[in-house]
Amino acid sequence: MKQITIDPVTRLEGHGKIEIFLDDQGGVKNTYFQIPELRGFEKFAEGRLAEDMPQITQRICGVCPEAHHLAATKALDALFHVDPPSPAKKLRELLYSSFYVTDHTTHFYILAGPDFVMGPDAPVAERNILGVIGKVGLELAGAVIKTRMQNHKVIQMLGGRPVHPVFGLPGGVSKAITEEQRKEIEAIAAESVEFAKLTLKVFEDVVLKNKAYVDMITSDAFTHRTFYMGMVDASNKVNFYDGSLRVVDPSGAEFAKFAPASYLDYVSEHVEPWTYIKFPFLKKVGWKGFVDGKDSGVFRVAPLARLNAADGMATPLAQQAYEQMYATLGGKPCHFTLAMHWARLVELMYAAERMLELSRDPEITSPNVRNIPKSTPDEGVGVVEAPRGTLIHHYTTDEHGVIRTANLIVATVNNAAAINMSVGKAAQALIQPGKEITEGLLNRVEMAWRPYDPCFGCATHMLPGHPAAPIFTYDSNGRLVKSYE
Amino acid sequence: MAKLKVAFYWAASCGGCEIAQLQIGDKLLKLAEAVDIVFWPVAIDVKYKDVEAMPANSIDVCLFNGAIRNSEQEHMAKTLREKSKVMIAYGACSYIGGIPGLGNLFDRKSIFERVYTGTPSTDNGGKVFPQTKYTAPEGELRVPEFYDTVRTLRQTVSVEYFIPGCPPEEKTTWLALSALLSGQLPPVGAVVSSTEKAVCEECQRKRDVKKVKRFYRTYEIVPDAETCLLEQGIICAGLGTRGGCGALCPQANMPCTGCYGPVGDVADQGAHLLSAVASVIDSNDPAEVKKVVDAIRDPVGTFYRYSLPDSLLRRARIA
Repeated sequence: MKQITIDPVTRLEGHGKIEIFLDDQGGVKNTYFQIPELRGFEKFAEGRLAEDMPQITQRICGVCPEAHHLAATKALDALFHVDPPSPAKKLRELLYSSFYVTDHTTHFYILAGPDFVMGPDAPVAERNILGVIGKVGLELAGAVIKTRMQNHKVIQMLGGRPVHPVFGLPGGVSKAITEEQRKEIEAIAAESVEFAKLTLKVFEDVVLKNKAYVDMITSDAFTHRTFYMGMVDASNKVNFYDGSLRVVDPSGAEFAKFAPASYLDYVSEHVEPWTYIKFPFLKKVGWKGFVDGKDSGVFRVAPLARLNAADGMATPLAQQAYEQMYATLGGKPCHFTLAMHWARLVELMYAAERMLELSRDPEITSPNVRNIPKSTPDEGVGVVEAPRGTLIHHYTTDEHGVIRTANLIVATVNNAAAINMSVGKAAQALIQPGKEITEGLLNRVEMAWRPYDPCFGCATHMLPGHPAAPIFTYDSNGRLVKSYE
Repeated sequence: MAKLKVAFYWAASCGGCEIAQLQIGDKLLKLAEAVDIVFWPVAIDVKYKDVEAMPANSIDVCLFNGAIRNSEQEHMAKTLREKSKVMIAYGACSYIGGIPGLGNLFDRKSIFERVYTGTPSTDNGGKVFPQTKYTAPEGELRVPEFYDTVRTLRQTVSVEYFIPGCPPEEKTTWLALSALLSGQLPPVGAVVSSTEKAVCEECQRKRDVKKVKRFYRTYEIVPDAETCLLEQGIICAGLGTRGGCGALCPQANMPCTGCYGPVGDVADQGAHLLSAVASVIDSNDPAEVKKVVDAIRDPVGTFYRYSLPDSLLRRARIA
């Protein structure tokens, strides 16, 4: 039996490795997407001060620290039984919307874009951000860089630091903003909305007008019929910062809608001996292995899942983009893994529009940004939608607010089973007996996980990436037959 | 002049260091003109095996971020050390252990038990744990060995320079990169930052007499925006932490937590900080002092937030 190793997979955050086992005929027998790393935050959180959690847990991820920072801060609101003043909630959501603009921009242009803009089989040396810049032109590239830089400035203005912000406290945030700052944020938000429009246009021109890509998006190799989870507001519209968690089944019917604090009734995690990552599944359906369908508890999170689990977008241009996406792809729910790229851009528009709304909110410059907690701390759950999916922080403390236990279900982890399945299905469809295994073909296998924008152990998110990892092909005696490096 | 050959690598870290390296913004283009990046797993097509094939000392500079938590990270640290003329520990994790270094309060067994069997959402009745070598029906699968103890880079290989911060600010990164580009290198062993002095020296808050009767947790009071946080009873690590960041956290009304590591040539940041904080307690009555000190409920997390692996203690003793 042959074994193909893709180690490390690239254009993602962190370390990952794919093992593909072939049968004697050269077809795919099984695949394993392995995560080689663990840091153990759930253990060393014990004994720490609860109020330090926003700053400690954000070191899980320096790419999306804002998500951990806010999930932890919301858990502290619950733990200390304190409701922040309305301006504080809005400042948190403003920072978060600005962060979403940078994060989704980065993924589309730098990590995923090269596959579409340059093409899956483009020469390796061009299939990266530099190739993308060459093709789309410096003007757009400049807009990408400017959008990122400006929104990082907003993050620093609100959160105190450009990476690893510090403003989250139980009951509010540590600082208010001035009218001068608000104006600057409003201007950046308005430019971000224009940038989102431009990006949707780029997607339409580059991807949707190319039949080969649309065929690939809608092909069975990149399709899984799963449950979907995402956060929704009171009108069942997508929300990143607050709301209920809603799950729809593979037919799109609502399966569950619950307050985040009751997540333990809905989500369990399965352990496998060959990887450090765990595999969440819907508790009420059960773990049936790496299979899709309504009898398998595997669910998906992140942009497409959020859109599938909601009834629409809360802002006008995003709603328009949402309707166009589903009309083009054949309605809801959409099971095409590669459509996550499109859904991410719908969300980019929502984030920019929401940022603009909040920057114009009459109370956004209010100095009233903190309520001091008065109750004894005990237990709290905080949930936000990270760019990569539902993110759950759950702490218990003693009466002095010292952490007793911490449970973290991190966004990408929710997608772990689906990612493993997606890679397996793509490998099975693409690697065929007698067909040469080219670098481009293996990149297409990698394109099955890239839409999830996975954040394994977390690393950079904004760099020119290279998809081809060392790939070793072994014969059934373990001898190296061929290597692709 | 030949371009400098530079390698970047990450170990047990969060990716914030990569983001920080890109914060130099338009200076990146200047950097791109002057260096050849020979290894950057996230960015270019050079693999572990390629690095192993490089001659010894063929890389001019390696910027290594992240602590050493497992066998793969140790292997890569040793390999890159052999290939590099200059090894730089970039960021708090690599330099002093960082937040993942708090793992040294526990060991592999307790971490595995919590993560894989203990958390309330984990469904693992069969007590399955990840195995470094696992025989699946189709063949063998391996993952790196998770160590009991987190180590810093210099506890693993020799290191020439250290760049502090979690993550380092743009100006700190650029200070180091411009020194490399100009060839004006500081003495070996230097910690590269704009100052050897404490964060307090760059903090704009007004300082007077530090005498406190009780310490406050950050959520308990709204501090005055102009006055030193420690004088208001909020434990701020600024006075035991190297400056260079520009005192960003105090400007956001939050205390310094120590991410730039010790000042000057202090060997143990936490001990230094502890003694500095103890000296501001305004009492000579042992009972009163005890009461004040007892309110510090997580001394390790407060004083050794980023530096436990680098400290004289290094780790907790597990019975």
